[in-house]
Amino acid sequence: MAKKNWREFVRNNVVTIMFIVVCAVCMAFSGYKPNYVMYELFGRLSRNAFIVLALIIPIVAGMGINFAITIGAMAAQIACILVLEWGIPGFAGFLTAAALTVPMASVFGFLIGKILNKMKGQEMIGGMILGYFANGLYQLLCLFIFDNIIPINNPDLTIKGSKGIANTMDLSKAGGMGGTLEKLWRLPMHQAILVFGVVIAAILLIAHVRSHRRNNKKLGIQLGALAGACVLMQLPVMKDLFSMVQVPMATFGIVALLCLFNVMLMRTRLGQQFRAVGQNRTVANAAGINVDKVRIIAITISTVLAGWGQLIFVQNLGAFQTYGAADQVGLYAGAAILVGGASVVRATNTQALLGTVLFHLMFILAPAAGKNLFGDAAIGEYFRVFMCYGVIALALVMHAWSSVASKKKKA
Amino acid sequence: MAAEYILEMKNITKRYGENTVLSNVSLKIRPGEIHALLGENGAGKSTLMNVLFGMPVIHATGGFDGEVLIDGQPTTIASPHDAMLKGIGMVHQEFMLLPGFTITENIKLNREISHPSLLSRVFGKNLETLDMASMSEDARKALDSVGMSIDEYTKVAGLPVGYMQFVEIAREIDKTGVKLLVFDEPTAVLTESEAAQLLSVMKSIAAKGIAIIFITHRLDEVIEAADGVTILRDGKFVCDTRTAETNVTKLAELMIGRKGESAFVTADPREFAADSPLALKIRHLMVDMPGEQVKDVSLDIHEGEIFGIGGLAGQGKVGIPNGIMGVYDAEGEVELFGQKVKLNDAHSALKSGMAMVSEDRRGVGLLLDESIEDNIVFNAMQVNGEFTKNLLGAKLKDVKGIREHAKNMIKELDIRCFGPMQHTGTLSGGNQQKVCIARALTMDPKLIFVSEPTRGIDIGAKKLVLETLVKLNREKGMTVVMVSSELMELRSICDRIAIVAEGEVVDVLPVNSSDADFGLAMSGIKPGTQS
Repeated sequence: MAKKNWREFVRNNVVTIMFIVVCAVCMAFSGYKPNYVMYELFGRLSRNAFIVLALIIPIVAGMGINFAITIGAMAAQIACILVLEWGIPGFAGFLTAAALTVPMASVFGFLIGKILNKMKGQEMIGGMILGYFANGLYQLLCLFIFDNIIPINNPDLTIKGSKGIANTMDLSKAGGMGGTLEKLWRLPMHQAILVFGVVIAAILLIAHVRSHRRNNKKLGIQLGALAGACVLMQLPVMKDLFSMVQVPMATFGIVALLCLFNVMLMRTRLGQQFRAVGQNRTVANAAGINVDKVRIIAITISTVLAGWGQLIFVQNLGAFQTYGAADQVGLYAGAAILVGGASVVRATNTQALLGTVLFHLMFILAPAAGKNLFGDAAIGEYFRVFMCYGVIALALVMHAWSSVASKKKKA
Repeated sequence: MAAEYILEMKNITKRYGENTVLSNVSLKIRPGEIHALLGENGAGKSTLMNVLFGMPVIHATGGFDGEVLIDGQPTTIASPHDAMLKGIGMVHQEFMLLPGFTITENIKLNREISHPSLLSRVFGKNLETLDMASMSEDARKALDSVGMSIDEYTKVAGLPVGYMQFVEIAREIDKTGVKLLVFDEPTAVLTESEAAQLLSVMKSIAAKGIAIIFITHRLDEVIEAADGVTILRDGKFVCDTRTAETNVTKLAELMIGRKGESAFVTADPREFAADSPLALKIRHLMVDMPGEQVKDVSLDIHEGEIFGIGGLAGQGKVGIPNGIMGVYDAEGEVELFGQKVKLNDAHSALKSGMAMVSEDRRGVGLLLDESIEDNIVFNAMQVNGEFTKNLLGAKLKDVKGIREHAKNMIKELDIRCFGPMQHTGTLSGGNQQKVCIARALTMDPKLIFVSEPTRGIDIGAKKLVLETLVKLNREKGMTVVMVSSELMELRSICDRIAIVAEGEVVDVLPVNSSDADFGLAMSGIKPGTQS
């Protein structure tokens, strides 16, 4: 029995386990120092975690991985261009862009939802193709409409000697929004974990008091683990490991808020509707739930969150490729959440975060490992792109396979 | 002032185009009564319920004539949701439950109790936090009233089927103001003891004053649980009686009845000696065909026989040929003329000398975008390699041979078409069916399965199809196994008829058995065992 459970566990988590093994092998061959890896990893986590978390709601609502988040990312980039044009400085610029993203991404999300409702069962490929199509419209907007029809007065934004928006948007010039979120408040790891530890403990306690079924044992374990982590981080070994890391508190705070939002949302009427629609549209419909509307809401929320996610991403980097930055967003975020053990029908915050860690760990380590093993960084580079597509394909096959298996089991 | 009847449906007539599916049907239900609604497939039960629930399909096809009264008040029911508001609930045959939700969440689906939260103050009522404690309290009450002690926090996934049925009922009871519950074949999926428990729950619900419409094909349950019975046949009202004044045999007779039309094709039934050679020997066949599960079927079919398989829809009769021919997953043993048949392998089934005319002629039977001639020779070409010629080692279509064969078939079966090149998608149903038969015959089978051969085709075509089957049998000695929902048809040309109910053969009857015997067999009672 125990053996069977163990095998089941491996089968259900084969993608994650495979990735852990790959990351361990790459770590061994990369020759990087652990503290450098941690530094890189935290930088990437703060950039990417948010957008991966944006994928959860559509998965719960039964629409699979929302590859159309690229369109949300485009909304964010348009907002950035406008903020640059208006010359709104620093953090105010970031907030303006965030505010601008909401109406744009909402409209796009609504339209995506409308279209996906017409192609139920094919949401993932539909979302992906919509992303490509939207890319065309986005290029039309940037190459032709801006600067030709809508005048752009900031000379830094346009192509020199021609019309249209330039290829690179620089957000980190004096007064730009680049890095403003990170610069708000930074702490070294051993202090940051204390701050987060206190906040999480407070949230756990509040949830416990308000819960209808108080599980004291569970709370004890959670608080214990939290305290353990806090103490662990104070050890010199750990301090050494995280010596290069300066935790951007605001960015991770926002990620934590989004996690909290995902959890809270699932406990509302709307969350219940997402889950019901995700499990069985017929049953949900019979219970009087407006299935189409619920699906549109799910996609709209996801698109807006993805827009904010992209905004966090570009302001962290301090610059973005006008015509290329959004392209791979859906693919990488989708691969990341799958790596964390999510499937196209089930996803949690933990899976999204774990997936982001593992996926980006490989991104950091693979080129160096490739260089050391094969004498060519390009092989590692090739390897990580290959893994990204491979993971998505594997997850889709696993899903088809396990649903056939469970159907057989039923019969 | 309480009306005598909680629900009255008066002179309901419903037409789909030219086709009258309900004519002048009436149904009267008293408060707290369990009223059984009986009828064969196509008798109009589901249409009547669709009218009651205001289903979109009714409104979209021109509404209906007649009156619906609730508590003595004339009412229009606009939609299923409207029906719910007026206190009419439905316990579905297939479960409307979400496996990943707990029992509480399922019972309260879309009727959740919630309280305001931070999010809801900004974004409206939809974001109120669920109040699980009061929801589970309500669920507990509803579960208690159906006699279920199971924890209301249990997930539905993995519950025994019987439990799911009770959760469904608990959900309907939990709805406030429910006056009338419709149970659609509730015992079909239950074990005997679960079914007995369900009947007692129904009685206790009825005792609280909630009326129940009980749709079933199990006549003994009707006698046991129901107070009144309404019987429909061919869309017409047959009778409304008290169960105390009737018995199972009478009900079976009323349900089947002699239909007005006389048989248009007749073939005298023949007796086959028990030791005459067998064409098909089926032992413990199980077929996993959705909606037509075969659980355990054993049959002996003699060489040269026309063997009928009858029964109500969804009971598994259609699954038998589909399982043997490898269309759906099957288990068990099948022997054809003493040779073992490899199951789950359509190719070898065809190769072994069996052919099948599928009940789903547009889905499984025909390639609708291909010509008649290609359809006719398709199996023979793919399976036996006929109608091909060699050219430098490559097998090519023998266009001439195909054309000739198709022309012969068109003449022989009287397929009405412009020529062998016409696409089958443009043919009428009857002519499509003939193409299917032509294809089966091209395989030159020793045994042919015909599944629902006359469904959805006109009388002329029906006659020709049946005549063809008889001719094949009498002249070529082909063994014919005919599966049909139309008992009349089976009785007109078959030698013996097996009646299938709930995935098992109830009995094999001679064609001249009485209506009551067939009616009893269809409801799962072996004739002669009823006292």
